[in-house]
Amino acid sequence: MIDVRNLIKRYGNNVILNNITEKVKRGEKIVIIGPSGAGKSTFLRCLNLMEQPTSGHILFEGTDITDKSVNIDVLRRKMGMVFQHFNLFPHLTVLQNITLAPITLKLQTKDEAVENAMKLLKRIGLADKADVHPSSISGGQKQRIAIVRSLAMNPDVILFDEPTSALDPEMVGEVLQLMKDLADDGMTMVVVTHEMGFAREVATRILFMDRGIIAETGSPDNIFQNPESQRLQQFLKAVL
Amino acid sequence: MWQSFYNTIIANGRWIWIPKGLGTTILIAFCAIVIGSILGCMFALFKISKKKVLHVIANIYVTVIRGIPMATQLMIFYFVIFSPMGMNNPVLVAIISFGINSGAYCTEIFRAGIQGVDVGQMEAGRSLGLSWWQTMCKIILPQAFKTILPTYTSEFIILIKETSVASFIAVVDLQKACDNIRNATYNAWIPLLSCAAIYLGLTLGLTKLFSFMEKRMAKSDRC
Repeated sequence: MIDVRNLIKRYGNNVILNNITEKVKRGEKIVIIGPSGAGKSTFLRCLNLMEQPTSGHILFEGTDITDKSVNIDVLRRKMGMVFQHFNLFPHLTVLQNITLAPITLKLQTKDEAVENAMKLLKRIGLADKADVHPSSISGGQKQRIAIVRSLAMNPDVILFDEPTSALDPEMVGEVLQLMKDLADDGMTMVVVTHEMGFAREVATRILFMDRGIIAETGSPDNIFQNPESQRLQQFLKAVL
Repeated sequence: MWQSFYNTIIANGRWIWIPKGLGTTILIAFCAIVIGSILGCMFALFKISKKKVLHVIANIYVTVIRGIPMATQLMIFYFVIFSPMGMNNPVLVAIISFGINSGAYCTEIFRAGIQGVDVGQMEAGRSLGLSWWQTMCKIILPQAFKTILPTYTSEFIILIKETSVASFIAVVDLQKACDNIRNATYNAWIPLLSCAAIYLGLTLGLTKLFSFMEKRMAKSDRC
């Protein structure tokens, strides 16, 4: 589904991503772990061109999104993204946050979009929050709304950029639970996280990134039980 | 006291000059803020755009306009640009030049407001497949508007006072009307103090009106 070829990202002389080649298949739940500064978030943000790669190609469902003639806006409809700081729209109600994109892009009529949004809100148990503004709900609720907002576009893949890092500890669980539910429904997911429990439980494959490259990749069992590289061993010792 | 007020302002129907002048002042200020807002919006978008050419154009505009006194600009517009072109309507020239002047200040106000919105908002909008314009209109500008409002309204109030230099090109605005009364009556303090009182009343009233609007907006939008 996503095919990354020789991806390089540099800021000036600073190499963030050093020649990454990787594939994400439909239905995979990929969790990216690694020390800070390894390039995890940059890699994730390159996948939907939030960051412009310096060189290399990214194919999404067969289309090279690094090609300047490609309309990235259309492709992004199929690639949801969830941010560390939620980035809900504070001037809109929860319901409007969810329906804005489908209505603006004329993918659904207003009634359809509202109906769909309410269905999603019911599913996460927040239907009663539909008409409030994001300022009056908790961080965990905000992030679940943000996930639902990206779901409302019926994406083929969702990219999660440290979705629980800005949350109070007691709210991490509810967000991870929703992500697990999505994984069980078969959603393709790429997740940058420090939640090793989630990685172990949900990931179909783990990428360990270090200094701009994917240093090691494998199933959760392989990564956690039999880490090969010394860097991964050190990293796991530090975080587990 | 009353007698001298009567002699200078009321006698010979001279008072009629004051509402006429006030009307001109308000007309110029109102039209200029409309032009200024449109220009400001446009150049603010130039300033935040990635295209270098637009950036440079906006910078030149703001630097030049803000670096030259209003009276000088007004006279250049009238005597150097429009008069030789055959356009001799001083009120229209005043509207255009105050509009262009105000546009430079609006540019900076709007730019600061737009850049004050968290970058994550643009990213969130774009990640949902909205275009840059759609995100700007639906997400960024509505949020920027609220932070812009206080400085924007004060720009309008400054503009009203600034229009008093319109008399440099023979526009009979409030300032000029009162000055004409001074010339006709050889009494300086009654017409000029009346003029000051009217400007003060005008700006005070607008300040109150705008702060009332801000409070209403803050209430309607609980975020």
